[in-house]
Amino acid sequence: MTGTVAEPAVTRYDPSRPPLARRLAAGLATPGGIVWVLLVALLVAVVAYNPQLAAPDQFLRLIARMAPVAIVAVGQYFVLVSGEFDLSMGAVIGVQVVLAGTLIGDDPSRILPVVLLMVAVAVVVGLVNGLVTTLLRVPGFITTLGTMLILSGLTFYATGGSAGQNPAEEFRVLGRSGLQLPIIGYLPWAVVVLVVVVVIASWLVRRPFGRLLLLSGDNPRVAHLAGSSVWWLQTRAYLLSALAATVAAILLVGYAGVHPSVGSGYEFTAITACVIGGVVLGGGRGWLLSAVAGALVLESLFTLLNFVGVAATWRPTVQGAIILVAMAVTVLTTFRRRRPPVREVPPRSEPGAGEGAPAPASQQPRGT
Amino acid sequence: MQRRTSRLALVGAGVFALALTACAPGANAGGGSESEPSAEANPWFDQAQFDLENERRGAQFEGDPAKPYLQYLAGDMVAAADYALDRPGKVCFANASLSNTWRQTGWITMNQQLQVLQEQGVVQQMETRDAQDSDDTQVADIDYFVNEGDCDGFIISPYSPDATTAAVERACETGKPVIVFDRAVSTDCVTSFVHSIGGMAWGIDVGEFIADQLEPGDKVVALRTAAGVDVFESRWAASQKIFDDAGIEYVDYLTGADPAEIKKAVTDEIAKGEIDAVWVDLGDQSVPAIEAFEDAGVDVPIVNGEDNMAYLRAWKERDLNGFGGVYSNFQWRTALLALTQLWQGQDIPKDWVVPQTPITSAELDAVLRVNDEMPDVHSTSFGGEDLPGFPDAWRDRIIP
Amino acid sequence: MSGTASETGGRGTRSAAIARLRGGLGSTAGVYLVLLGVIAVAAVVVAAAGRNLFTPGNLTVLMTSIAVLGFVAIGQTLVILVGSLDLSVAYLVSLSSVLAAGTMAGASGGTVPGIVTALVATVVIGALTGCLVAYLRLSGFIASLGVGLLVAGYLASYYRGTTGKASPELAAFGSASVGPLPVPTLLMLVCLVLAVILVGRTRMGMHLLAVGGDAHVARMSGVRAGTPVVVAHALSGLCAGIAGVVIVARLGVGSPTVGEQGGYDLLSIAAVVLGGASLAGGRGSLWGTLGGILIFAVVDSAMGILQVNPFLKEVVRGVVIIAAVALYARRAAPLVRRRFTDAAGPAPAEASAAAAARPTASVTEGAER
Repeated sequence: MTGTVAEPAVTRYDPSRPPLARRLAAGLATPGGIVWVLLVALLVAVVAYNPQLAAPDQFLRLIARMAPVAIVAVGQYFVLVSGEFDLSMGAVIGVQVVLAGTLIGDDPSRILPVVLLMVAVAVVVGLVNGLVTTLLRVPGFITTLGTMLILSGLTFYATGGSAGQNPAEEFRVLGRSGLQLPIIGYLPWAVVVLVVVVVIASWLVRRPFGRLLLLSGDNPRVAHLAGSSVWWLQTRAYLLSALAATVAAILLVGYAGVHPSVGSGYEFTAITACVIGGVVLGGGRGWLLSAVAGALVLESLFTLLNFVGVAATWRPTVQGAIILVAMAVTVLTTFRRRRPPVREVPPRSEPGAGEGAPAPASQQPRGT
Repeated sequence: MQRRTSRLALVGAGVFALALTACAPGANAGGGSESEPSAEANPWFDQAQFDLENERRGAQFEGDPAKPYLQYLAGDMVAAADYALDRPGKVCFANASLSNTWRQTGWITMNQQLQVLQEQGVVQQMETRDAQDSDDTQVADIDYFVNEGDCDGFIISPYSPDATTAAVERACETGKPVIVFDRAVSTDCVTSFVHSIGGMAWGIDVGEFIADQLEPGDKVVALRTAAGVDVFESRWAASQKIFDDAGIEYVDYLTGADPAEIKKAVTDEIAKGEIDAVWVDLGDQSVPAIEAFEDAGVDVPIVNGEDNMAYLRAWKERDLNGFGGVYSNFQWRTALLALTQLWQGQDIPKDWVVPQTPITSAELDAVLRVNDEMPDVHSTSFGGEDLPGFPDAWRDRIIP
Repeated sequence: MSGTASETGGRGTRSAAIARLRGGLGSTAGVYLVLLGVIAVAAVVVAAAGRNLFTPGNLTVLMTSIAVLGFVAIGQTLVILVGSLDLSVAYLVSLSSVLAAGTMAGASGGTVPGIVTALVATVVIGALTGCLVAYLRLSGFIASLGVGLLVAGYLASYYRGTTGKASPELAAFGSASVGPLPVPTLLMLVCLVLAVILVGRTRMGMHLLAVGGDAHVARMSGVRAGTPVVVAHALSGLCAGIAGVVIVARLGVGSPTVGEQGGYDLLSIAAVVLGGASLAGGRGSLWGTLGGILIFAVVDSAMGILQVNPFLKEVVRGVVIIAAVALYARRAAPLVRRRFTDAAGPAPAEASAAAAARPTASVTEGAER
């Protein structure tokens, strides 16, 4: 790892587009890149402890159960890069899980209307979070803390704080089962959903919306000058996070069943995942895919702890340590890279891996 | 300036790395085995209590077996003369929480019993404060009742035994009857302590069911809800003792009640190797554990549960090798009756032990038949079949 | 008593401090207006149910209930003033309670060692968090979350259930009261006044506000930006530690989960913001925080009397937080501008230019928008 740190200096003197390997190496030296190295190392360790997991179907099952956290991290990513927090995501998951359980019951014909209702709930929550934060100028931390209390209170009020009825199996398919395929054997739907969510989110990040969102997180004034209304950008970020939480809830109902405590703590896990992936709190910087990798790192770390036989009580400590280390790495490398006034990293040089790479504000395209 | 910053940062990182390495030996010491190596090392294991509850499992209870909520073990009685009341009384109930299905079912039963007592003119009203699983809140709740409640008697369902003791003693000082039920407190000032045989008896029932069918060296995965809560800790301590004596291997997880965490833990254990039984201390955990085996395409081993309908239905539908540990839910009703019996001049036991009878495969069909209409979250030991609100109040499950 | 000593200490700083104090009271007035409104509504609703909110017993319970959250929120206010956050306080409260009760083990001789052990541990951890924020440039949110989780794992792994025992002296302290005021609450109020003096009348206090207002500008004007942040976090650790000791006094034992049960991390932040502070730092007052805590306490007390379903209480709390802060935000804009024209503050143009160029990783809010 120490060897690759010097790479950016090399790229600077390369007049033409640097070769892919170089660019990859340079990318890996960033906080958003190191997380991939870490992820690969952890997955190798997990498989080493349990060689059966090397089989494609088993491995995909492992990824499948990480999918909800990764999807929540995708939603949180949009809010974080816009410079805010969404603490209500876990509570949104709880509400949606309980809604699904209570309203669908044993009747598969109710699935469609209930899913539409869940989407509507997500839209309302996202709008409330976004509009209260932007138009009423309540800090997002406080807005979403309030909605978190409101939603979790309502969930527990409706259920009395205990497990409810599981919905019809047809509804649980997405989280619980998958496709039988010839070569890899078994493809869990959750993995498919994760890929779809990530593809859509990547597309959004490359759209003017995504670029302006990052810009607004970095500097709202500049974003405003660039012709975007900051309030609508941030409200859309909150909408996306509420929708992501809803998708995660659908997977979790399938995977685990109905319980109001499903989703509790996911907001902090998702923030942790984003931070591990090099997303900077306060907005403006961070790669979407690295946030997803951060979620996978966290989950595979917990799996590894289970395999090694570390008591679950140590989990918070491990999570805390990795947060601090990741954050320290981010800050150290960011300072190193940000100090030189002139950088020749083009804003969008890597169509494959580096979308959303933060560029200096002056290089951002103006307007739409 | 820039160099200074990065040097400071490096120093900081170094200090932090040192701090981490300093933590590491502790981490290894605590994490090498999943928890205490044996029941003897578990601070919650108490041989005398284990023997007492083991003996009570086979004891003969006084009273009408058709009304188990009024049965008790022979022992010291409380003279009602000191507490008799010639008017409808006010009950003050400091509740730990309603945060699991068992507590909710009991709460519904208690309220149904309350309605009967109000119609009989024994109880004027019951004021309830809910501590939401917080010791500090519960102490404040009890103090509120003592100062402000205008109470004719207290019912306290404590959150954790030691932390509420001082407040319970303040309630005792009022001279009004104080009934504690479910979890214990560390003081003997209370008028009566209502509970079923206990967590150890629960642990012995479940532990023996599992141990009887396994060989030495077989492996049990234990899923535990909460650390430091005596009713749960004592269940595990007793089962752990039985597994130790039978030479059975076990790993234990603290999963909380979140089914996703439970499923992940079980899935990881399935990946590690064969599992011969899953032990849970809360019935809510059984179904996610069962599903983990199904999703992995592995035969479901022994999985115990409690008397909650979700587990009993899963047991029946999947024809499992199951066992329902019971911590009698009807004690919620008993607690209220204990107080009102004192008001009405009836002596009650000082240590009121109600029976607790686990559900075996022999009783499964009968239990399911009686509770056929009930929701998945219902506890079948609710003991309210003879109350006027039956079955609607429990079937509709509107939390009062 | 302290008059002669401080009067020689320079009139300039003092009058600036007084001006700031007045400014603080100005925004604080809004908080107490909201508090009055909440009390009025609560009193009417409770009276409509045939009960009385203002009975002596009820007021005593209310006063008792604000002690623990009060301590935590004092520390949280200082941290928020410097533009950081402390999410580790809930775990520090638990840690302090188990260390204090464990060291005491019910013995009279253990009172002082127990309290000292607990407070030293929490101060050191708080200072460590502060160093991470000040010198490693981690955001307070992440640094305190990380440190809090480190502590959480330790608590979960080494403690099973309640532990130790309060010494008789500490237990007596917990249940004593002076008139209608419980002694722990009185101590909390004393600490609050000390903190007010620290912020309003000392150099360190000025630096706290300056760094919170804008770390960059503060540095330019010669304030060592790191020290106030470390001090604020260390004091927050101290306050959380005292809160833990007070809990031991009340419960008689230490509990590794008592801080989480109380939700003191998010509740204290909410209380500080309810008290009119800005999460971006530099603006806020300790008296306002007290008002915020009282708002919570009155709402909780009324709901307790009315036997509101425990889960609906959460809903009401959430609504109160959002509504109150939205109300303040409507008044906030002129206040922000005034901050820059304050005696101690920099010129407006310079400040906003610095704010626009500032690459900090803290929560952005208010002024820039």
